[in-house]
This record gives sequence, structure tokens and C-alpha cells, in this order.
Amino acid sequence: MALKYSSITKKVIMALAGLFLISFLIVHLGINLLILKNDGRESFNMAAHFMVTNPVIQTMQWVLFGGFILHILLGIVLQLQNWMARPQRYKVEGYSHTSFFSKFMIHTGAVIFAFLIIHLVNFFFRAKFGEMPHIMINGEQYEDMGLLVIEKFRDLPYVLMYVVWLLFLGFHLDHAFHSALQSLGLNHSKYTPVAFGVSRALAILIAGGFILIPVLIFIS
Amino acid sequence: MNLTLKIWRQKNATSKGKFVTYKVNDISPNSSFLEMMDILNESLVTRGEDPVAFDHDCREGICGACSMYINGRPHGPDKAITTCQLHMRRFKDGDTIVIEPWRARPFPVLKDLIVDRTAFDKIIQAGGYISVNTGGIPDANAIPIPKVDADLSMDAAACIGCGACVAACKNASAMLFVSAKVSQFALLPQGRVEAAERVNNMVAEMDRLGFGNCTNTGACEAECPKEISISNIARMNREFLVAKLAAPKPRVDSGGGI
Ligand code: HEM
Ligand code: SF4
Ligand code: FES
Repeated sequence: MALKYSSITKKVIMALAGLFLISFLIVHLGINLLILKNDGRESFNMAAHFMVTNPVIQTMQWVLFGGFILHILLGIVLQLQNWMARPQRYKVEGYSHTSFFSKFMIHTGAVIFAFLIIHLVNFFFRAKFGEMPHIMINGEQYEDMGLLVIEKFRDLPYVLMYVVWLLFLGFHLDHAFHSALQSLGLNHSKYTPVAFGVSRALAILIAGGFILIPVLIFIS
Repeated sequence: MNLTLKIWRQKNATSKGKFVTYKVNDISPNSSFLEMMDILNESLVTRGEDPVAFDHDCREGICGACSMYINGRPHGPDKAITTCQLHMRRFKDGDTIVIEPWRARPFPVLKDLIVDRTAFDKIIQAGGYISVNTGGIPDANAIPIPKVDADLSMDAAACIGCGACVAACKNASAMLFVSAKVSQFALLPQGRVEAAERVNNMVAEMDRLGFGNCTNTGACEAECPKEISISNIARMNREFLVAKLAAPKPRVDSGGGI
């Protein structure tokens, strides 16, 4: 099916899914940063509780899942076609001036995907299907997601793994936001340079923000 | 200048091909790249060898024939020029220069550095025209066109169909070429009439021929001898989306009666 879509249709779907994934990352980061608050994990656990009980969020979870699948499948199809379009490569190549990380989207994407599986097993599936510790907040019992996170990030190998993973996420994001706009046909002599800046800022802020969490937990 | 050249030699479309190293001596820094190739070929002919086949015609940067991938860049170093506009002073005495043909599945090598660019003609045949009878030249300003649109259209029309964008792109994508051809018409009232059909058909043909997809990497724009901007690609995507989502179906009943 994806093979029959035109190249532009595929890129447009890819861009929409990618933009949605970026908005998800921002929400995810916002909630995660709560764990750094010094209130006995209360805000974080309350937020986590909200995310797993709110019906809107629960529906969005399926949309998110679909978005990831679409983005990944189309990414792979596009990449295979791209490789097929040049069966014989150059002996000396790649000296043209280009946006650097754009050349490695499939590679950074693959790294993100591999660690995503580990990440889901660690936290998401554990919270959904596994045994969870509990905590009392205002006389009510909540699952203590925060404890799970903090215990994981006492382990140096885990912290390092996350830092590496998130760096790759940052590399991917560096060629994400502005590229999605371009795919959607949004290019403007004045605002496109701004979109490049926004892309880089998102890459640094999102990757940097996420990296802060395991690192700060580990050193505290 | 004395130079070492590593050139792709391939007898014909079906043979395998390989790099062959040649030495050229006493090249003037003021000669053009193609003159340097001519000097090499003359020496090959005197030695009774097969000269290196390469495309060229105008030798002044307007025909787009001179396709050569030089040291990892289409048309060699320097911005906004074709190979025939490249001068040997851009190289240093003793340099090694690697010269390859454009590499893309829709551009098969015919011989040495010559590739078959018929694929571009096929894309043009799919919609790169307006359907009007030819005739006398219309009066200037008979149809008022905003200056900005006229300028953007002329910028797009500067594309000479050289294929450097495809050669430079890591995906061998023809998006810059096709978007230039779509844009030059889409920006003008004469071209608007068939805009939706045109973009649909040209993109479909581009995909069918096996060009790659666009990753918005920007190598095409950086290497284009006519500095065609990738804002044309965004315009084409826009045109394509509008054509898919909102354009009325093309009329099949037009017979000139309306
Ligand atoms: C949360 C994670 C992710 C976000 C926010 C994200 C975002 C984006 C965005 C916005 C683009 C630009 C789309 C465009 O140029 O129109 C993109 C491109 C791409 N992404 Fe992702 N992505 C993510 C994960 C992944 C994963 C897991 C893969 C796995 C294969 C992947 C593979 C790709 C590829 C191959 C491209 C380039 C497609 C092309 O133009 O050829 N991405 N991504
Ligand atoms: S867009 Fe530029 S590089 Fe591509 S064919 Fe036209 S002139 Fe050549
Ligand atoms: S020979 Fe015509 S552009 Fe180079």
C-alpha cells in the first residue's frame, strides 16, 4: 500500500506523524521533569496517574502508537527506494554542502527505535502489566512510578545508555521540525531560517531536558 | 600544471566499467576543465587509444550537457557553475582528480562519462508544457502578471535540465528539477489552467522512473548551476497537495466550444 503512494504523499504523512511525535515528546518531557521536584515524587506520580486514567490521553496513546508505526514504516519504505535509486555509488562522494544530520535520519531513527523497545519494556510494560510499588498520597494509594524511575537510574550503565540514546534523538530532531514544514510545502524566505533555528532549539531542549533527568537522579 | 586523473571508463551500457588513471602534464591554469579533457583525449588518440567520451555542447553554461561528477561534487568545486565553466586554477599542481558519471538508476551510463538523461524528457512529456496553439508572439503585458511572480517564474525557468541535482542528492531524487518545471508554469496565469494535472502527472512520472524521494537535505540546491532554490520543492508539494485534496477533476469534454 505504502508503495503505491506517491513520493510526496509518503513524505507528507511522514512529516505529520513526525510533528505529532515531537508534540508527544514535549508533553512527555514536561511530565518527566516533575520527578526532579523535591516533593517525595508526589507531582510526578499524580501526573503519571492522570496519564494512565484520563480517557482522552488513553485514546491518544493509540494515536501515538499508530503515529510511530506510520513514521517508522514509511521511513523504511522511503529509505529502501532511495537506496534503490542509486544502485552504483560514487567512489568519492558527499562533498556537497548539506544539512549534516539529514544524511543519517534512518540511522539515528534505527537507534531511537532499538532503545525505544528497551525503554518500553523498562517502564511502560512494567507499569501496565508488571508488579508496581505503591505510595500513599493524601490518604490514597497510587502506583509509585517515580520510585521505579529513580531505582533504574541509580545504575550507571542505564544512565549512560539513556544519555547515548537521547543524544541520537537530538541528532534526529535537528533535521525534523523544519524538514517537516518543507515537506508540507511551507517554505518562506523570512520564516524558513527561523524554522531551522526552532529545529535546532527543539533538538537541544528536548534531548537536553531528557538527559538531565537520569544524570541528576544519578548524581543526587 | 601536472595532474593525475582517475576517470570512469565503460565501453558501453552493458559492460562493467572501471577507473583508469591518466597523467596530464603542462596544463595551463587558465584552461577550462573541458579543455583539459580535450588535451587528454588528443594524447589518447595519438597513442591510438579510445578517447574518454563525455557530453558537451555549448561550453558556456547554458545547455547543461557537461555532466561530470568531479571529486565528490557534480560539476566540481565552485558554486553555481557547470563543468564547462570550471577552470583548472581551482586545482593545485600535482592534484589527483576523480571524475565519475552521474549515478542514478534512471540515468544509465551509455559510455564512460555519458549518461542517458531521457528520463528528464519523459517527465517533461508528462506535463512540462501548456496546451496552446503556437502562433505569433503575444503582446508584452497583454496579461498583467505581478512582478514578484514573474521573477520567481523566471528563476525557476533558469533550470537547464543538467541533472546535477539528481547526481548530488544522496537519494538520486529529481525533486529540484521537477519542482522548477512545475513552478515556472504554476506561477503564471497561462500555466494555472493545467496546474493540477501537470503536477500530478509529472510527479507520477518521476516516481515511475525510479528517482529517489526527497529528504530535504539541500545538496541539490547547493550544486545547481542555476541556483534553483528548494523553495520550489515546497511549492511543488503545496501544488501537489492542493491538486490531490481540492482541485476539480480535469475536464475531458473540452473541444474548444466553451
Ligand atoms: C520520537 C521520535 C521521533 C520523532 C519526533 C521523529 C521526527 C521526525 C521528523 C519531524 C522528520 C522529518 C519529516 C520530513 O522530513 O518530512 C523525521 C524524518 C525521519 N525519521 Fe523520524 N522521528 C522519530 C523517530 C523515528 C524512528 C524511530 C525512526 C525509525 C526508523 C525514524 C525514521 C525517520 C526517517 C528515515 C526520516 C527521514 C525520512 C526521509 O525524508 O527520507 N524516525 N522524523
Ligand atoms: S534544477 Fe539545477 S541542477 Fe537540477 S537539472 Fe535544473 S539546472 Fe540542473
Ligand atoms: S557544455 Fe553546455 S553547459 Fe557545459
